[in-house]
Amino acid sequence: MRLNCPHCGPRDRREFYYYGSADYLNRPAADAALQAWDDYLHNRDNPAGVTQDLWYHEQGCTAWLKVKRNTVTHEILSVEPVAGGAA
Amino acid sequence: MRYSGLKVITEGLFGNKGWRPAWRDPAPKAEYDAIIIGGGGHGLSTAYYLAKNHGMTNIAVLEKGYLGSGNIGRNTTIVRANYFLPGNSEFYSHSLKLWEGLEGELNYNVMHSQRGLINLFHSDGQRDAFVRRGNSMINQGDDAILLDREGVREHLPYLDFDNTRFPIYGGLLHPRGGTARHDAVAWGYARGADKRGVDLIQNCEVTGIDVENGRVIGVQTTRGAIRAKKVGIVVAGRSSQVAAMAGMRLPIESHILQAFVTEGLKPVINHVVSFGMGHFYISQSDKGGLVFGGDLDFYASYAARGNLPMVEHVMEAGMTLMPMIGRAKVLRSWGGIMDMSPDGSPIIDKTHIDGLFIDCGWNYGGFKAVPASGWCMAHLMATGESHAVARRFKLNRFATGHILDEEGTGSQHNLH
Ligand SMILES: Cc1cc2nc3c(=O)[nH]c(=O)nc-3n(C[C@H](O)[C@H](O)[C@H](O)COP(=O)(O)OP(=O)(O)OC[C@H]3O[C@@H](n4cnc5c(N)ncnc54)[C@H](O)[C@@H]3O)c2cc1C
Ligand SMILES: [Zn+2]
Repeated sequence: MRLNCPHCGPRDRREFYYYGSADYLNRPAADAALQAWDDYLHNRDNPAGVTQDLWYHEQGCTAWLKVKRNTVTHEILSVEPVAGGAA
Repeated sequence: MRYSGLKVITEGLFGNKGWRPAWRDPAPKAEYDAIIIGGGGHGLSTAYYLAKNHGMTNIAVLEKGYLGSGNIGRNTTIVRANYFLPGNSEFYSHSLKLWEGLEGELNYNVMHSQRGLINLFHSDGQRDAFVRRGNSMINQGDDAILLDREGVREHLPYLDFDNTRFPIYGGLLHPRGGTARHDAVAWGYARGADKRGVDLIQNCEVTGIDVENGRVIGVQTTRGAIRAKKVGIVVAGRSSQVAAMAGMRLPIESHILQAFVTEGLKPVINHVVSFGMGHFYISQSDKGGLVFGGDLDFYASYAARGNLPMVEHVMEAGMTLMPMIGRAKVLRSWGGIMDMSPDGSPIIDKTHIDGLFIDCGWNYGGFKAVPASGWCMAHLMATGESHAVARRFKLNRFATGHILDEEGTGSQHNLH
């Protein structure tokens, strides 16, 4: 599997660290209800199909990337930087 | 039909014409007292113990493919009770005891082989952790023996003891640990459940869960609607999809785990051995193949096929630990979909819907749990109460902070 880093170009999966679902971008407010924090930290849609998740280009440009991909076929649909990318 | 050595001999003499299918192939009835979704190891053992321990025989297992087509037939078959945390420790201890009587119980050869499991350690800190783990195993009534470097050498003379990155300081030997034949466990429970009247319905995918006024009333399937007041979700890697049919969002992320097997060799590895480089572990099957694997691929996936970096890593770890296996040819590799929970421990619990129960979050360790998981899930479905050895496997423990993080790595799906 290769991810097409917007800064570095297509790179081997080994250069990246997988963090988890892009749900992590929607951090609740500090005083949000317990349920919101539980959802944010633990509960997942976990789709069999298209998903969005966060990858860190650890051995490249060190950017955090939002990756849209298919969990069934390994197809990568888009890779964009988290910082400054379309939300 | 009872299986026995005599039966094998007489059938052999008369052309093997007397064998009958091990279970029926019934059409689904309109209604059951209970339905179990998923015909893997856990679903079949749940059905077996519902019938055997609780007298619930008007029940069905609904399986979307064929029985045992999921992870139960894809795992590397390690059976052990070397857990550390209260909550896990008593559960896996109970499971190992059930394994030890399983062949007599099921009248089925599950090839349970207690060949001993050795977890190697490579630093002083790791040794301390293993001493502690061994003590908690002994406190639980199970067995653990601390081996020093020379002790390991007596058991495993073929290791590379002079590795500089992962020097072998010793190992924790769990003599009652070992392996079993994965398919046979599913088949044995299936046959036992069928014999007690359970309908095992294959090619029957659940496509919806019907809920009325907060109570479950049945399921929709590719073979029509089936009513039941109790429904258990026992679908391992597909837990999120099936729970979503009841409007639930689970603390589960599905990941892929790969495994490998070589051509058959003469007996050479007599134990199950695990190594500190990644999660590398290895054993030799009764057919002679070396069966081994390592870590997850570490990204959410439903592709029952992994990526090459993990293949390379596992091979490197194997060669680092025991260079002698380098000449063996790998025959096959495959992957299975693991239901990863944030803390690496399972869930056996009620849900917010009356009559709907869930058994999931087995991560990469659910094979050894098959007997106890079925035992406890059956107890829960029959009585409405958690079994004593599974009382910490709560669905809401992440919200309440009662996590069971055996590895101590954190409450996040990709850390286990
Ligand atoms: C490579 C690998 C190595 C492993 N090694 C070990 C090991 O050494 N030791 C150990 O303890 N564990 C191990 N495991 C983990 C273990 O295999 C699993 O945790 C366990 O098998 C999961 O439970 P199960 O048997 O019920 O799952 P499965 O066999 O996957 O059963 C789930 C069933 O549900 C069915 N299903 C799904 N959706 C639906 C639906 N909508 N309707 C009807 N049916 C449905 C599926 O078809 C499937 O048959 C390993 C796993 C893998 C992949
Ligand atoms: Zn980059």
